[in-house]
Amino acid sequence: MKKFKEKLSGRVFFALALSSISALALITVFIIVQGVPIIAEVGFVNFIFGMSWAPSHGEYGIFPMIIGSVTVTLGAAILGVPVGLCCAIFLSEFAPARLRNLFRPAIQLLAGIPSVVYGFWGLLFIVPFIRNVLGGPGLSILAGAVILAIMILPTVISISEVSILALPRQYKEGALALGLTHWQTIRSVILPSAKSGIVAAVILGVGRAIGETMAVIMVLGNAVAVPTSILDPVRTLTTNIGIEMGYASGPHRQALFATGIVLFVIIMALNSTAQYITRKK
Amino acid sequence: MDDTAREPRRDVKLKTQSVNLHYGDFHALGDITFDIPSCAITAIIGPSGCGKSTLLRIFNRMNDLIPGCRVEGGVFLNGSDIYDKDADVVALRQKVGMVFQKPNIFPMSVYDNLIIGPRHHGVKSKQALAEIAERSLTLVALWDEVKDSLHKPGLGLAVGQQQRLCIARALAVEPEVILFDESCSALDPESTMKIEELMLDLAQKYTIIIVTHNMEQAARISDMAAFMMIDGQKVGRLHEYSPTSDMFISPKDKLTEDYITGRFG
Repeated sequence: MKKFKEKLSGRVFFALALSSISALALITVFIIVQGVPIIAEVGFVNFIFGMSWAPSHGEYGIFPMIIGSVTVTLGAAILGVPVGLCCAIFLSEFAPARLRNLFRPAIQLLAGIPSVVYGFWGLLFIVPFIRNVLGGPGLSILAGAVILAIMILPTVISISEVSILALPRQYKEGALALGLTHWQTIRSVILPSAKSGIVAAVILGVGRAIGETMAVIMVLGNAVAVPTSILDPVRTLTTNIGIEMGYASGPHRQALFATGIVLFVIIMALNSTAQYITRKK
Repeated sequence: MDDTAREPRRDVKLKTQSVNLHYGDFHALGDITFDIPSCAITAIIGPSGCGKSTLLRIFNRMNDLIPGCRVEGGVFLNGSDIYDKDADVVALRQKVGMVFQKPNIFPMSVYDNLIIGPRHHGVKSKQALAEIAERSLTLVALWDEVKDSLHKPGLGLAVGQQQRLCIARALAVEPEVILFDESCSALDPESTMKIEELMLDLAQKYTIIIVTHNMEQAARISDMAAFMMIDGQKVGRLHEYSPTSDMFISPKDKLTEDYITGRFG
């Protein structure tokens, strides 16, 4: 009887674990089944590099959206990564324990704010600020980049901090014992030693930024056009799906799923790169 | 080396005067006063937890890294107080190098490990750095073994080689004093022997202080021996300090004798 119970509980746990994996499998299969036919119909090159997105005319080119995603994400990385990295260095190397215990939960809290709240805040403060100070419509790459930079901070900070704290204490002691200053120790020994973790932090942050939808939908302006300046509105791959899913049908809907496939591939590639880098260490 | 050269008689390099060290409320070292002769090997011995490493780390102020650590009393290098409030800790650590228990090679090439000290202390020319690297490696008898793999990762070396690389790295900074914190305890007998020979060599020019658990090692290579014990309040105290030959032949009292003959500890 006891043996039976043991066996049963093992099976139950296995079934539950399997269900989470199968959710992933189901979603993957579903978007592929839905999206691949339209890519085949339009042609892979036309789909990825097509400049015109006009579903009502049967034109499905997502290149402007790819540019939109790349520029906004790049902007977020340029703004967010230095801040996040400095914050991680401060927390792991300079902050007294009491300050650290205050900062850490506060940063985790940033990750808990719903993205729609970020978007709303961006729409009310960042967008008018950009419009008044820098000109243009305000709804722009820059606005999206600022919001996303804040949103990726928790990822960048916590993963790089963990990778710095995971270094053997002997590295730091060894460098200081050679007469290096604290800053020289950080720059020449600690950061290079934690490099793989920091790179992984950046990649995961970028993955988070590229997949974000709700916050950027509200501040990007969502125009389907290749931008010429960071003050221009753009549409990203995610917002394209978010905006049009409600009324799309037929090939249009399939094209949105196909957009999803492209996103899926990009994020998978980023995450597996991050995993590869951390594991190699 | 002949016997006359091993008589500890030279000028005082380091001096502690009534040093007390506290970690927060814990009194770790009590009233330590002793002189360390220049160009000799001084061994700090004693049972585990008696504060040997803590005492060693006073000399390059490594204890500063531990929050809540306080040092009272005077510690003098070449006559000047290293705990003075105007004292430059970074400059101190250039003069007082340290080799740790486990080799702590940084995850970079052998060459980069060697030049990291001098590079940050203002040596810019590539040629000068290369000369420093070769000289330091030659001093630790590692040059022939690694000269063809200077640009390979230092962590790829055998543990004994890594520890000698750590010594070379410390020498590259041109210190006056080198602290060895149980630096042979992670090594096999052969590597240990190499490092002991190296220490004897280095003692001609450098002041060496070692912490060791190994009584034979202390007897083999040290000129002076400092035996530490904890008292009833768990405070680490200097129980006996004398020339090694005196301590091992005629210890001051039963406690020292029992320890060095291996009856406890």
